[in-house]
Amino acid sequence: MPEITREDVAHLARLAHIDMSAEELDRMTGELSVIVDSIKTVSEVAGDDVPATSHPIPLSNVYRDDVIGETLSNEEALSGAPDNADGRFKVPAILDGE
Amino acid sequence: MTDLTRLSAAQLAEKLTSREVSAVEAVQAHLDRIGEVDRAINAFLHVNTDEALLVASEVDKERSLGDAMHPLAGVPIAVKDLIVTKGQPTTAGSKILEGWHSPYDATVVRRLRDAKMPILGKTNLDEFAMGSSTEHSAYGPTRNPWDLDRIPGGSGGGSAAAVAAFEAPLALGTDTGGSIRQPGAVTGTVGVKPTYGGVSRYGAIAMASSLDQIGPVTRTVLDSALLHEVIGGHDPHDSTSLTDPVGALVEAARNADVKGLRIGVIKELQGEGYQDGVQARFTEALDLLRQAGADVVEVSCPNFRYALGAYYLIMPSEASSNLAKYDGVRFGLRVVPDGAPTIERVMGATRAAGFGDEVKRRIILGTYALSAGYYDAYYGSAQKVRTLIQRDFDAAFTQADVLISPTAPTTAFKLGEKLDDPLAMYLNDVATIPANMAGVPGISVPGGLADGLPVGIQFLAPARQDARLYRAGAALEALLEDTWGGPLLAQAPEIGGGK
Repeated sequence: MPEITREDVAHLARLAHIDMSAEELDRMTGELSVIVDSIKTVSEVAGDDVPATSHPIPLSNVYRDDVIGETLSNEEALSGAPDNADGRFKVPAILDGE
Repeated sequence: MTDLTRLSAAQLAEKLTSREVSAVEAVQAHLDRIGEVDRAINAFLHVNTDEALLVASEVDKERSLGDAMHPLAGVPIAVKDLIVTKGQPTTAGSKILEGWHSPYDATVVRRLRDAKMPILGKTNLDEFAMGSSTEHSAYGPTRNPWDLDRIPGGSGGGSAAAVAAFEAPLALGTDTGGSIRQPGAVTGTVGVKPTYGGVSRYGAIAMASSLDQIGPVTRTVLDSALLHEVIGGHDPHDSTSLTDPVGALVEAARNADVKGLRIGVIKELQGEGYQDGVQARFTEALDLLRQAGADVVEVSCPNFRYALGAYYLIMPSEASSNLAKYDGVRFGLRVVPDGAPTIERVMGATRAAGFGDEVKRRIILGTYALSAGYYDAYYGSAQKVRTLIQRDFDAAFTQADVLISPTAPTTAFKLGEKLDDPLAMYLNDVATIPANMAGVPGISVPGGLADGLPVGIQFLAPARQDARLYRAGAALEALLEDTWGGPLLAQAPEIGGGK
């Protein structure tokens, strides 16, 4: 397994949409290296013949009954949003300069 | 009059049913206790005084009319602040949800309301349930009632401490890798992680969806069974909810008996890494169970040694995905940087300000484990280890009806002791994580004291066999209480005033 670098952490933070200061990036790089180092044996344990488990108790074809139930009102759905307009969530600009 | 806060939920329910005590008196006694000790403990993030008293007065009124009531009607309860409640704030212990109110109730909360159980308030936790000490709460740590300088476990330290400090007879917790059982162990209380899918997760703010499970936090095994029967059972709102009936859990707890029960001691979950006092109480518990007629055998689960590593790949992966919803648009905090920022900059600033260090660590770790090029080596491998852990359980349960281990490797450590060492903190969950990986149920019961601090004993049962936990747990509880001359919490020190 390759080492986790400061550049990796900066990239991951961007992907995860979390701004990080230079100090935070340094600290996080050190901490993550230790954690990743301690868990890397996991990749060496199971061979190709072992199937993956994504869910402890698999259920299949789970559907609810096709009946009209209670739903949130428009006001309720928007009640926790930081900003709204015309009964919708209000989102900051998507593109620069707009 | 007896101190109502010292009664178990079962005892209190009896006094309420016989109308020896009113629900308003019961709720008020607990509110008074919260007022007395919670400045020192910090178990509660929100106290729901008015509504709790209102529900209690409704119970008293209906009972006086002779209406049929749920047996626990009027018995108050505290709810971990990861579980959403209408009419009260829900923070998940995070600044990103400060002041947020859920527009709906979790299914478990609805079931408490249907049973007319007054909700005393919301309890403290590690932010988004990520931690083993409750020190990662954005609202300050909870303190252990046995020693205010020590951690109450985590992530559900608030629920466990509230119950241990007699602020509530019952509480709800959530357990992703031990967050109900480990706090139970270090506070001398009982905590149960039901079979995955046995209790609805609808309205539990998701950390790692394939591991998360809501369960009871109480002072006695019987109380956990009573509460489990209230909250358990199928819920169409949760697509992972099992359709099986809850089972006769209360009956199992009342018919506690280990005669002929095959109890498997997990070889890999003891010895090195386990504190001497923890190991000593564990060995004594095994002796008691043997004397009571249990068939104690040793079982080996060789792949458990990889459980912690696999957990710290699966859990952060699922968490990084689940926490993507905190985007500064739909709920909670929005931080707007100077200028005319785009949504990307708003998200980056919001999540930087709203999340604490441990949450950020886990999101970054999960993003790493799921990223292109690493997915197979990390997340894929961890899922295979999960299969191996399930196979270990399957093999062990051919030799034993229940398995047993210490719940946590150590007693409560000092506040701050492991805060700067994430890896040391993660090791607290080494004995509790395998159950979440395999979806099997587990219980922690008080096992005595080591250097004056509680030790927990854990039983594990096959999936859907939660009743066995109550049978074995209640039996061990009775055997140990005989040796102590009463409940372990009777030995807890009085809680002083503010610190």
